[in-house]
Amino acid sequence: MIEVIVITGRTTDQGMTIDEKLSNDYMKAVCYCEMNERDMSVIGVNEGDRVKIKTEFGEVVLYAKKAVTKDLELPEGVVFIPMGPYANQVVGKSNGSGTPQYKGIKGYVEATQEDVKPVEELIRVVK
Amino acid sequence: MKNAICTFCGNVCDDIEFDGTVGKNLCPIGEAKFAAKRRMEAPTIEGEKVSYEEAIERAAEILVNAKRPLLYGWASTVNEAIKLGVILAEKLGGIYDQCSSVCHAPSTLAMIEEGIPGGTLGQAKNRADVIVFWGCNPVEAHPRHPSRYSVMARGFLTKGRQYRHIVVVDVRKTATAYLATEFYQIKPGYDFAVFTALRSIVNGHEDAVPDEVGGLSKEKLKELADVLMDGKYGVIFYGLGLTHSRGQDRNVECIVKLVQTLNRQTRYILQPMRGHFNVVGAGAVAAWEAGYEYAIDFSRGYPRFSPSEFTAVEALLRKDCDAALIVASDPAAHFPKKAVERLAEIPVIQIDPHPNVTTLLADIVIPSAIVGIEAEGTVYRMDGIPLRVKKLRETEYWSDYQILRLMLDKVIQMKGE
Amino acid sequence: MTLHIKNGIVVDPKNGIAGEKMDIFIKDGKIVEESEVGKECKTIDVSGKLVVAGGVDLHAHIAGGKINTGRAMRPEEMRFVRRKSNGLRAAVGRTLLTSPAIGYEYAKMGYTTAIEPATPSIYVIHTHEELDSIPIIDKATLPLFGNWHPVFKYAADKDVEKMKSFVAWVLERTKGYGVKLVNPGGVEAWMYGGNVSGLDDTIPGFGVTPREVITTLIAAVEELKLPHSVHLHCNNLGVPGNYETTMETIKLAKKFRNDNRQVLHVTHVQFNAYTGSSWRDMGSGAEEIAKLVNSMNNVTIDMGQPIFGHATTMTADSPFQFELHKLVKAKWCNKDVELETGAGIVPLVYRPKSPVNAVQWATGLELGLLVDADKIAVSTDYPNGGPFTAYPYIVTLLMSRKFREEEMKKAHQYIEKATALPSIDKERSIEEVIQMTRVTPARVLGMENKGHLGVGADGDVVVYDIDPLNYDSSDYQAILKALENPLYTIKGGEIVVKNGDVVGEVWGRTFWVDASEQTTTEIIEADLDEYFNYYTVKRCNYGVEEGWLHNPVRITAG
Repeated sequence: MIEVIVITGRTTDQGMTIDEKLSNDYMKAVCYCEMNERDMSVIGVNEGDRVKIKTEFGEVVLYAKKAVTKDLELPEGVVFIPMGPYANQVVGKSNGSGTPQYKGIKGYVEATQEDVKPVEELIRVVK
Repeated sequence: MKNAICTFCGNVCDDIEFDGTVGKNLCPIGEAKFAAKRRMEAPTIEGEKVSYEEAIERAAEILVNAKRPLLYGWASTVNEAIKLGVILAEKLGGIYDQCSSVCHAPSTLAMIEEGIPGGTLGQAKNRADVIVFWGCNPVEAHPRHPSRYSVMARGFLTKGRQYRHIVVVDVRKTATAYLATEFYQIKPGYDFAVFTALRSIVNGHEDAVPDEVGGLSKEKLKELADVLMDGKYGVIFYGLGLTHSRGQDRNVECIVKLVQTLNRQTRYILQPMRGHFNVVGAGAVAAWEAGYEYAIDFSRGYPRFSPSEFTAVEALLRKDCDAALIVASDPAAHFPKKAVERLAEIPVIQIDPHPNVTTLLADIVIPSAIVGIEAEGTVYRMDGIPLRVKKLRETEYWSDYQILRLMLDKVIQMKGE
Repeated sequence: MTLHIKNGIVVDPKNGIAGEKMDIFIKDGKIVEESEVGKECKTIDVSGKLVVAGGVDLHAHIAGGKINTGRAMRPEEMRFVRRKSNGLRAAVGRTLLTSPAIGYEYAKMGYTTAIEPATPSIYVIHTHEELDSIPIIDKATLPLFGNWHPVFKYAADKDVEKMKSFVAWVLERTKGYGVKLVNPGGVEAWMYGGNVSGLDDTIPGFGVTPREVITTLIAAVEELKLPHSVHLHCNNLGVPGNYETTMETIKLAKKFRNDNRQVLHVTHVQFNAYTGSSWRDMGSGAEEIAKLVNSMNNVTIDMGQPIFGHATTMTADSPFQFELHKLVKAKWCNKDVELETGAGIVPLVYRPKSPVNAVQWATGLELGLLVDADKIAVSTDYPNGGPFTAYPYIVTLLMSRKFREEEMKKAHQYIEKATALPSIDKERSIEEVIQMTRVTPARVLGMENKGHLGVGADGDVVVYDIDPLNYDSSDYQAILKALENPLYTIKGGEIVVKNGDVVGEVWGRTFWVDASEQTTTEIIEADLDEYFNYYTVKRCNYGVEEGWLHNPVRITAG
């Protein structure tokens, strides 16, 4: 388990599937966690393996994905999750502004054997 | 139809060719938007198919019987529907809030403190010789922004890419960073500190800047400040990298102050990269109808604004609302988990063209026509420029406007006004 | 619906009626002869009360991007909750009001028409959406021309024909009512941090001067026979010593002639009427300007009266707004609008104990007292000088020397040195203030059916609790109270206000001017196509269609 800063945001794939949120394509677009290669080796995961992210607000299981950028990667200690129902399991409350802090949340990431839940199941748990 | 208008992101591109099924000139996201996809067949109450009239009548009853309903969404519909939403919130004594409150609302708070020195996208296209993207990633979020308005746009006074210095500042090397003349990578959550250092340098107080700020060396900071000051007309675009990170509205306030300072030496404007195609309208209509852009509570009969109480997320977390009308939005997908849990506890009425995560917990679902394809109306681009989006094909679905018009009439009738 | 307003004392300066006991009849929204009205007629008895036409505000920033950005920027303005009746919309706002509040508050002081005087054409759909959200009053908007690239080009080429064509094209696309200029040339200079300092500066990049821009546009507007003349916000606004530029600008009208109306309307002149070389020695140039305006028969002005208290300055004069931001160190919004115009917003407080603010206040009143009543209209340049809701206050100041004395006691004594106000004994008569709030603004705008009560006029009538034949100008509190609380405001024959409260909501009309018969757009087609390469919206998506407006009324020029 290592300590990380969690950031979330838009991606093209998330945008392209936003009107089809109950499809597999959407799930694929938002249920991963982008990481620096060195961080992946520290926790012992490869591309496509499952990781669990924990913050003070909750936890979520996601597929690990190597940061795609070439020369300057996603820095060590920073992980990126596309905005969506998975990211929202671990993001926080607002700090008086009324807008939740979706980026820069302190968390932990570790390898896991637990399943990545489908979107419907995330909501079923809520209900 | 030529020159149709795309209703996805804040770019609101108005040069789309659409033949009823396939669109041209679209970015990948726009193409997906215009492509056929799964729709809801009919309005439903608790999963049972009903008529529009029945669904709207039942929805009106729920809203009238609620003590303080939350009316949320609005960024992906037209101003004509938004206006009815604001009036509905007023008549119901509920809360009006819109998607800004999970996006650029901290920019509004910064504007309340300092104003905003802004301009239209055409200024970037026609005049800008320095363009900065700070904490935003248009290549993925606003794909045609670089070619239509900024990086490569061929303008009246600035003729194209080779006449522009492009700066990208971000915590990770995004796809947009590859378009930059220079990319500056800073540490997450250090935007405020970096702006403060840049302000010091621009103000001639370079001696006050330490050797390193937010991951940038003093040399790098001086180089960036020089690039900014050398611009004859500069535009800074910023995104959720500022509003969603530590500091939130204070980050934006600090960049506004930087731009104020730059305007004492040269010309600069600042423009937030607004997300949905009409999130600006969702704030603007509320401002002229009720005085505020978002987080508006009408429970006392007149509008009150308090972002830390009346944004949708806060009202849900505090359990301050007992029913919700969600229009053209998907809070179940985009709100923090705790807020979604509260949403699941209360009656939810959804109006949307497509099933989404909120549909899974909605009690009444009312499918609507797709704005810009099946329904027309006015929307405001990210810089506030209004465009009238078009109806490109016929549909059996009611528009948001039709649904809300009947809902408002029912509510007024039930309340006996 | 027909209405009979019985036994009132009518003041209708346009028709030469100066306090006569008369009955007024309204049918289908128009003033008619008694013979036209049948027995099914509602009658209101207003014996001994003043009956006048509805007020006309020819210059108030009531709709569009500027005021709305101002609202978002100033939530502190919205904590002021206004009185309203059940069933009506909530109405809030101190000096920046919401759209429902704007309509209600105009009606509550007896105004039935207001003109939004500065729309960037590319934003015009927004302006119309807000105008359509204002209940009760009739309205129109003036698109901005003074810093638009094609305007510079045609002025530089001295090409009046193309300018006419361009003006007509813009009015059709914007559903605009007339031609507004704000600091011509100055806003384009501001795109690179500059400004122009007078009529003969060269506008950067265009080899043309503000003088040429103004005169070419006056020529175009006159040849197009538009109902309203060029409406001008002068260069050098808000700068000590600027009265000289203003006088020089007013004299530009001497080259033109129009027997029906002015050829130039210079707006909110108070802000352009300062002597001196700095804020330390500034004074009022109102007397000089009044003499000049009174000596000419083709120029009109409005006051731009500042009101002590809060205001929000907002104008297309963006270089001025930046200077104001630096001067008062307040928050600042700016909007550079691609190749068309700009805008700025800065909150401001007019403090009676500030020598500068006191002089501004006195200067506006000097203009209001010294300029002939048929050449000046009451305005605050809302919300720049303050709220339009202060019109009853301004009118009472003009009518009552005693009220002015009381108010002057609160103001900084520097006004005794720097203005002539303390020495002016004049008290405006009821006829004169009705002229300045009804007849003059309607005539300036070329609205024939507004500002009077003759047969055929709009059925916009106000009844105030004043006996015009027998009132005491020293009892200013009674005058103020009466003006602030009309017994009735009638809009298009419907009673919308009773005893100062809104009792009914109607929806007014939006006037726009079609000048297409006076010119052809063919001569500028190629220019427009070329020009739209540099826009960020397609030409076919630019502008507003008549069918999108709630209740449009097309006026044909000529």
